[in-house]
Amino acid sequence: MLSENERKRIFSGETEFHQLVRKEETLIDAANIAAGIFSPLEGFLRQDELASILNERRLPDDTPWTIPVLLDISENESANIMEGDECLVTDPQNNITALLRIEEKYRFNKKEIAEKVFGTNDPQHPGVARTLNLEDVFLGGDIDLVKEEESTYDRFKLSPAETRILFREKGWRTIVGFQTRNPPHLGHEWIQRTALTFADGVFINPLIGKKKKGDFKDELILESYDRLIKDFFLRERAVLSILRTDMKYAGPREAIHHAIMRKNFGCTHFIIGRDHAGVGSFYDPYAAQDMFDEFPDLGIVPMFFSSFFHCNKCGGIANEKTCPHGEEHHIKFSGTAIRESIEKGDCPQKELMREEIAEILLADKNPFVE
Amino acid sequence: MKKGEEKKFTTVSIPTPLFQKIQDRIKGTGFTSVSSYVAYVLREVITEEPDEEQPFSKEDEERIKDRLRALGYLD
Ligand SMILES: [Zn+2]
Repeated sequence: MLSENERKRIFSGETEFHQLVRKEETLIDAANIAAGIFSPLEGFLRQDELASILNERRLPDDTPWTIPVLLDISENESANIMEGDECLVTDPQNNITALLRIEEKYRFNKKEIAEKVFGTNDPQHPGVARTLNLEDVFLGGDIDLVKEEESTYDRFKLSPAETRILFREKGWRTIVGFQTRNPPHLGHEWIQRTALTFADGVFINPLIGKKKKGDFKDELILESYDRLIKDFFLRERAVLSILRTDMKYAGPREAIHHAIMRKNFGCTHFIIGRDHAGVGSFYDPYAAQDMFDEFPDLGIVPMFFSSFFHCNKCGGIANEKTCPHGEEHHIKFSGTAIRESIEKGDCPQKELMREEIAEILLADKNPFVE
Repeated sequence: MKKGEEKKFTTVSIPTPLFQKIQDRIKGTGFTSVSSYVAYVLREVITEEPDEEQPFSKEDEERIKDRLRALGYLD
């Protein structure tokens, strides 16, 4: 955190700083670094850290880390920026987000970054496309947060310091992190309840960030989870808080990254679904499980859930290990089916989604991102 | 190799019979060498337990609890 003296130095106008106007994604990364969500990172990556992450999936000190956190600038912008400079990172309205101490200014082959992070150089992959579109120069160095941008959902946003104190106050020793980008259907709920049969608490942590057209709107995801937790969970057993970050669609590497962030929030376990952080058919749906095997020192235990379904014969949710009945008795938890019902203004089948949740989605004239 | 790409390794000594035992142990597993197996086991063993001691001052802690109460997370 910024000291009082430094704050004065920034706002007194006596020191001249370079100003770097950055896109929202970078400002959010800065806030996440400062909040400890990306711990042990204290700034944007230097070249040796980037190389180590790409080649070893670890920081130079051997700590597991799989996803680059980069601050990119154009050749033009970089012309009058030197190593050793201090920069103010701002949004387009000149609101100062962070103070960056530039230790390194460097170039790195973006194709190599894309190939190693995403396992492909196919520009159809959204993460590859985004990486190839980065500017050509990177700045590495520690940051101090000056002021975090306010967001609509701040009442649902907790920092790792806050969740750790919260979990401790609740007396939780085992905490399962659950990531989501959708309103809860009964399959999600079943996973959370299953986790609660052995853990003290479940930490429901929706990702709030860039959305695709047709995704459910953020406010509906939060409202529906809020309702679920209030009416269908013991208040003492579930916590809802958001994580502002974009999906990278890096499959297994991103699954590890998601687990590391949840460890920082104080979780002891993290749920990994089928094709976690995947996109299209770029990743083997169970590749994430193999990558976790490389990290016995992750400090958080992954819990893998294979696919499951509602079985009419079993009379409840089942999976291939628990249900002997044929597919004709199964109802799959299909996001597409749920979306289609909501689009038509209908409640999804009662085996898929609670009426109380569907009502929230149906009450919105346009529940999807346009 | 480019700058920053060279792997950093060092050598440790282990008894030869142990080395041979490990060689047998990793046959048919995903481990490609005794070294990678030993690195795996050591990483597993030395994983730090998360600090029980919170690095918060009393004031920070009270401020955080106030916010948690105001947001309805704590009673
Ligand atoms: Zn069945």
